Amino acid sequence: MLLRFTGNFSLIFFLLFSANIFAIPFEKSDNSKDFDVNEMIMHHIKDSHEFHIMDFDGHSISFPLPIILWTDNGLVTFLSSEFNHDDSGKVIVNRKNQEFVKYHEKIFYAAQTGEKNIIYDSNGIVINKKPLDISVTKLVFSMFISMILLALIFIATAKTYSISNKGEPTGLGKFTEPLILFIKDEVAVPMIGEKHYQKYMPFLLTLFFFIWINNVMGLIPFFPFSANLSGNIAFTFVLAAITFVITTLVANKDYWKHIFWMPGIPVPMKLFLAPIEFLGIFIKPISLMIRLFANISAGHIIVLSLISLIFIFKSIWLAPASLFFSVFISLIEVLVVAIQAYIFTMLSALYIGSAIEEHEH
Amino acid sequence: MSLIIFLQETLVDYGAFAAIGAGLAAIGAGIGIGQIGGSAMEAMARQPEMQGKLQGSAIVLIAFVEAVALFAVVVSLIK
Repeated sequence: MLLRFTGNFSLIFFLLFSANIFAIPFEKSDNSKDFDVNEMIMHHIKDSHEFHIMDFDGHSISFPLPIILWTDNGLVTFLSSEFNHDDSGKVIVNRKNQEFVKYHEKIFYAAQTGEKNIIYDSNGIVINKKPLDISVTKLVFSMFISMILLALIFIATAKTYSISNKGEPTGLGKFTEPLILFIKDEVAVPMIGEKHYQKYMPFLLTLFFFIWINNVMGLIPFFPFSANLSGNIAFTFVLAAITFVITTLVANKDYWKHIFWMPGIPVPMKLFLAPIEFLGIFIKPISLMIRLFANISAGHIIVLSLISLIFIFKSIWLAPASLFFSVFISLIEVLVVAIQAYIFTMLSALYIGSAIEEHEH
Repeated sequence: MSLIIFLQETLVDYGAFAAIGAGLAAIGAGIGIGQIGGSAMEAMARQPEMQGKLQGSAIVLIAFVEAVALFAVVVSLIK
C-alpha cells in the first residue's frame, strides 16, 4: 500500500499541483453512476480513518492511518488499510477474538447474530456495540503536522535572534516578528491593557498561529494538507473551552459583580439582567466556537461546490468558469482564514480583558 | 385549512426550507455588509487620513456579519 503510494506520489503531485480538483474524492457508489455532490462534500468535511488522496484507475489511493481501540479485551491497534477502503461494514478485521467493522467512518463490533454485520433499530440507527475509539484520524494526523510545522517555524525564529546583532530580526524572524508585534500592539495591549497583557501573550500567540496555520493547511489542496481541521466543531470547541476556562479563572470581583448585580441600575432591572448576563458567560465561547467552525466549513463547501458544477452539468465548457470562480473564492478564503484567526484571538483577548478589567466606581 | 395540508405535505421536504433559510440569511448579510461598506466609504471620503484604520475595522465588522449568515447556513445544513 505504502509502496504503491510513494510510487504514484510524484506523478500525482505534479499533475494536480495547480488545481483544487485534488480535494475531491470521487466516491464510487455501486448502484448509481451519478456523481453525488452532497455525499462528496460531506465526506470531505468530515473526519475519516484514512487519508484519501485520489482515485486512480478505478481504485482509491489513500494513506492508511492507525486505528487505536480500547476494547473489552484491552488495547487493539491496526492500520486502517486492513478495511480495504470499505466503509459499509462489509470487511471484518479480527483482533484478540473480536471482530470489527467500519461503517460511515465509525468502528463497531460486528454483530454476532444473522448474516449482516451491522444491525439497525427501527429508526435506521446502528445499534452495534462500539469500542472506545482513540484512533489517529485524518484530522489528528493533520494536527500533528501543523504542530511540527509550528515548532519548526518558531524554533528557527528563536535561533535567528541569537545570531543577529542588536536584536534585529533576520531570516524567518523578519516574517514572524511583525505578526507577533501585530498581536501584541493591536490585540493584547488594547484589549487586555498595558498592565496585565504580558501574562496572556503566549496563549494569544499560540491561538493565532495555531488557528491560522490549520486554516491555511486546509486550503492547500494536496496530500498531507487539505483536511478540514479548523472546520471541525470538536477542534473549535476545545479552543473556545480554553478561552472560557481562562476567562472564568482569572475573573476578578468586578466581573462577577457586573454579571450578578450590575451596579448603577434599579433593582428590578438588576434581577432581570442577572440571568441574561449569566447566560452570556456561556454564549460568548459558544459563538467563538460556531464562528470559526462555520466560516472554515463554508469555505471548503463553496470551493468544492464550484468544482462540482462541472460534474453536475456534465459539460467541459463549464470547466473554465467553474475553475475561475473556485480560484477566485480560494483567494478570498486566504484573506478570510487570516481574518478568522485574528477575530478568534481578538475576541478571546476581549473576553479575558473584560474579566480582569478594573472599574472605578 | 388547505394551507395546513400544503405545509404538511411540503414539510416532508426539509431541503426546500433549508434553501429558503440560506437565501434569507444571504439577504440579511448582504444588507449588513452593504451598510458597513457604505458607511466606511463615506467616512473615508470625509477623513482620508483615517483610511487605514477604517479599512481594517470595516473588514473585521464584515467578517462578523458574515459569521451570523454562516450560523444560518449551518442550521440549514443540519436540517
